[in-house]
Parts: sequence; structure tokens; C-alpha cells
Amino acid sequence: MLPKWLRRTPLAWRQLLKEKTRLLVALAGIGFADMLIFVQLGLLDSLFDSATKSHQNLQADLVLINPQFQTLFYVKNFPRERLLQTLSYDGVVSVRSLYVDTAQWRSPETLLNRGILVWGIDPANPAFNFPEVNPYLDQLKQLDRVLFDRASRPEYGPIADLLQQGPLTAQVNDQTVQTIGLFTLGASFGADGNIITSDSTFLKLFPQRQPNQINVGLIQLQPGVDPQAVQAQLQAGLPNDVNVLTPEEFAQIEINYWESGGIGFIFGLGVVVGFIVGIVIVYQILYSDVSDHLPEYATLKAMGYSDRYLLTVLMQEALLLAALGFIPGFLLSLGLYQITYMATLLPIAMKLERAAFVLLLTIIMCSVSGAIAMRKLQSADPADVF
Amino acid sequence: MQPPVISIHKLNHYFGEGTLRKQVLFNINLEIQAGEIVIMTGPSGSGKTTLLTLMGGLRSAQEGSLKILNQEMCGANKRQLIEIRRNVGYIFQAHNLMTFLTAKQNVRMSLELHDEMINQDLDAKAIAMLKAVGLGDRVDYYPEKLSGGQKQRVAIARALISYPKIVLADEPTAALDKKSGRDVVEIMQKLVKEQGSTILLVTHDNRILDIADRILYMEDGCLVDKQLV
Ligand SMILES: Nc1ncnc2c1ncn2[C@@H]1O[C@H](COP(=O)(O)OP(=O)(O)OP(=O)(O)O)[C@@H](O)[C@H]1O
Ligand SMILES: [Mg+2]
Repeated sequence: MLPKWLRRTPLAWRQLLKEKTRLLVALAGIGFADMLIFVQLGLLDSLFDSATKSHQNLQADLVLINPQFQTLFYVKNFPRERLLQTLSYDGVVSVRSLYVDTAQWRSPETLLNRGILVWGIDPANPAFNFPEVNPYLDQLKQLDRVLFDRASRPEYGPIADLLQQGPLTAQVNDQTVQTIGLFTLGASFGADGNIITSDSTFLKLFPQRQPNQINVGLIQLQPGVDPQAVQAQLQAGLPNDVNVLTPEEFAQIEINYWESGGIGFIFGLGVVVGFIVGIVIVYQILYSDVSDHLPEYATLKAMGYSDRYLLTVLMQEALLLAALGFIPGFLLSLGLYQITYMATLLPIAMKLERAAFVLLLTIIMCSVSGAIAMRKLQSADPADVF
Repeated sequence: MQPPVISIHKLNHYFGEGTLRKQVLFNINLEIQAGEIVIMTGPSGSGKTTLLTLMGGLRSAQEGSLKILNQEMCGANKRQLIEIRRNVGYIFQAHNLMTFLTAKQNVRMSLELHDEMINQDLDAKAIAMLKAVGLGDRVDYYPEKLSGGQKQRVAIARALISYPKIVLADEPTAALDKKSGRDVVEIMQKLVKEQGSTILLVTHDNRILDIADRILYMEDGCLVDKQLV
């Protein structure tokens, strides 16, 4: 036997369905607002994601870095000696070093120079764990060999296509190098493109850099050792010209840096605008629904329906709109994410938490509108019906 | 003898506040017994609708005594008003059907008010009632697809389906032509007699006075009882 509320005539549903055009306009409006919110949140997420993509691919349990570190794209160096000192601490198994700097890459097509991020790794002990890089490690040991990030912006030239015809000669910082393969990292705030070289090639490309001054130190710990304990010991034991960070802290500092630039605020504003647009649209729809049906609501009151029952109907209408409007908003956003990716090469994934968050916002949006429209409903006076 | 279903003593009613306060009902006294069909007529603006809305619990009574089904309406709270509304069947001059519901669903809305009915086959009951008012072939029509007389008959079905002890009807035939007005009134009369309800009907239509057991005449807010022969 059906529960009582299911046996009742679904007034909210009937009322929405009766005015199909109005329903469609409402759903389009809510979908549009949701889409706005989805795109803002997605872009923000993806920007932060790409800004920390390199951080996430480092093989490290703890990271050693210059204390002034704010972003990996302009990071100061520190003495390699500090990294070697950590080896004498309990729990530390091995260390790796990484050089980072910006070079000028000349596009083989347009012959124009453009800044590109160069990562100098030790081929015998690579800092990154990119499976794509491993087959090239031996070849990288030779001087003037680089790997190119296929997810770099297209302004660097059609490198991936050209590589199919064999190794490609390129100009980096006015020196000739051989591009021998591809890997995937992606463009971000700080870098439009990336290349990986060996540490020796790196030092040759940047003659002013000292070999014993590195940018990032990566520390590998014994399995089962508490990273926080080792971190505390290292921080206490080492001179304070270096900072010891967990990979999470490392990535968080990077995110904070970009957030402080107002990016979070700008995208947040977009979300708020979407939210308000949604409220206005849903309110308009609910208000005109109530106004149009005011005598009918008054009749229901005259028949003995309570105010509470009618308010419930209005809230149901609001929630139905929320649920139905969310679906086109969600689907449209998936498409827009794809378009954004093709335009900017920023991969935006639909995340479950984001979808849940936007659904929640939509429900709040519709409830607020419903609550405002209720005031009109209460003015339905059964004494005016006769 | 049973107590009257409607019992009014020294009822006064006013509209407006302060200096604008205007009395529209003066010292109304009236008793209506179960099963009676009473017709109320009178000139426009004499206070008929006002009295009807008071009896139906749509307005709060102000002064005097107004008992509906033994419930004193003078000073009644909102819950008590809603309770009375559920036990009274209304037929409005403008039928006021829900435009977004079919004839059947409109009639159902009246049954759904009563929790004890909700587990019965409401659709079957609604359809049976619509058949009784001659609309068996229109159950799934929306009001916009029905004629004025058909809409009024849906409204009657809605008012009567929950077997109310009192039916209040405010000019139910005003918008109808002679033939359909007569039909509507006869359907009401038949159903009310079957159900043993009491009916109070406001009308300007002299052609339907013959169905009444008693005719009341309202003038300038005062009630004149004219016994039928
Ligand atoms: N809400 C109101 N506020 C103030 N005055 C009102 C209101 N409703 C009715 N009146 C006044 O009360 C008086 C009685 O009105 P009522 O509607 O009861 O008349 P009626 O007998 O039903 O008339 P009709 O036959 O035209 O329907 C009228 O003078 C009217 O102007
Ligand atoms: Mg009237």
C-alpha cells in the first residue's frame, strides 16, 4: 500500500507541468545559473590543479626548499649540501635533487622565442615519476637532449607532430638541443610549457647557475616512518636557510600564492553572480505561478487546506525546479568543460564533490526563492473567494 | 428533535476600522435544521455573501453568536475555522476549479482533506460523483475544455463528494443559461436529498425558488423570514 503522501494528488508537479513553456524557461534559467557556477568552480579547481601538477608528480616523502618559497615557477635555490646532510638522519633512505628555471624556447615554425619551464633531473635518479619519461632516461644522460611536454601551449610549435619524423632539433636559450621524446604535464599559471633535461644539460643551458645550488630537494623515507617526526627533526637540526615541507604543505603554499593574487575572489564573484541570477529566475517563476493561481489557492484554503499544506506545495515546487534545472546545467557544463579544454588545454574534470556542492547551492537557491514567494501565497484570503 | 445545524443569534458584522467602520449585518437571527433546503435572496449589497462567508468559516464572526454544527464561530481560532471549512461543502459563484487539475483531480482534492478516506479508491469515488452530475465522459478534461455549466457541475461534485452536513452555494446559477441553471439546481437538490445534507443557496434567480423548503429575504443587512406555503 502506498504511503499517504504518495496517494495525494501531486499539486506541485501538476502545477509545474500545466505551464510547459514556463517550466522550460525556468529549467533553462536554473540550468544557466548552474552552468555559470560549474564553469567558475571548474576553472578555479583546474587552475589550482595544474599549478600543483608538478608537485604531485615528485617522488618525495618530504621536500627541502628555500624558506622564501612561494611558487615553484620563481623559486630561489639553496645549497645542495643541506640535502646531503639529511642522509645522516634516522629514517631518511635517499635524496634526489631538482633544478627549475625558465628558458627561451624558439618555435621551429614561427622562430619566435617564448618562455618555457625547464626541469633538470638526475637521469640516474629522476625526481619525477612519469612512466613516459623512464624509457628516455639513458638517452637523456647525453648532453643537449630534452623531452617536450605534449600538453604545452601550441605556440611552441607542432612539436609532437614533427617528432614523428624522428628527433627534432630545437633552440633553447640560443643553444641547439635535440628533442627526443614527449611526456605530459600541462600548462598552468606559471608556465605555458615544460621540458625535462638532465642536470648537466640544465647547467649548460643556464651557465650562470652553480651546480651546488639546487631548487628542490626530495627526501625518500623508510617505509613506516612517520614523516612528521622526521620533518620536525630535520627542521630543528638543519640551518634555517632551508625549509622542510610535507608534499601537501608544499602544494598548499603554491595554491595560497595564486589565491592571494585575487583569482579565488574573481571566480568566487562568478559563483555569487550565478547564484543570484538563479534566485531571481526561480523567484520570478514561483511568484507568477502563485499570482496566477491566487484564487485557486484561496479556494483550497476555503475548502479547509491549511496554510502549511500550501506552503509545502510551494516548497515542493521549488525543490522540483532545483532538481530538474540541475540536470541540464550539469550536462551543459560537461560540454563546456570540453570546449574550455580545447581552447586552453586546461583539463577540467567533473568532480563528484563539485557536483554535490552545486546541487546543494541549487537547492538553497530555489528554497530562498520559494521562501520569498511564500509571502504572496499568504495573502490568498479565502473570504475573497465568494 | 436534533439541534439545528446552523444557529444564529443577534449576529452583527462590521467592515472597516475606526470612523470608516460600517455595519453590514444587523441583529441576524436564524436557525436551519438538518435536511432543509433554504434559499436566500435580496438586493445587491444587502449582505448575503457576507453572511455566507461567516457561516462557512471564511471570516471570523465578530459579535453575537453563530453556531455551525454546534461549534461557536464567534471567537473561534484558526484551527477551528479550518475544521469547519472541511465539514462544509462550498459551491462558488465563480466555480474556482484548479486550472492545472483535471475534473477528476479537482473532485479528489476535496476527499484528500479527510485523512480517513485517503486509503480508499479516491479516483473511483471521484468518477462516480462526476457520473452523478452527468459528466462521466469528461473526467479527464481540464477546466479550460469544459463549458460554464459543466464547470459548475464539477464544482458541485467537488462540494458534495465528501458528504458535507452543510452545503453553502453563492449564486451557483448566475453564469448559466436557463436550462443548465435549472439542471444544476436539480442535481444539487437530488444529491442533497440523498445525502441528507442541509443546503443554503443564495440566488437572484426567481426560476429556482420552487426547490426551496424555505425562502429568506435579506435587505440592508437585516433578515426577513418568509415561510413558504
Ligand atoms: N471586504 C469588504 N470590505 C468592506 N466592505 C465590504 C467588503 N465586502 C463587502 N462589503 C460591503 O458589505 C456590504 C454587503 O456585501 P455583500 O457582498 O455581502 O453583498 P451581497 O448581498 O452578497 O451582494 P450581491 O448580491 O451583489 O452579491 C456591501 O455594502 C459591500 O460594499
Ligand atoms: Mg454576493
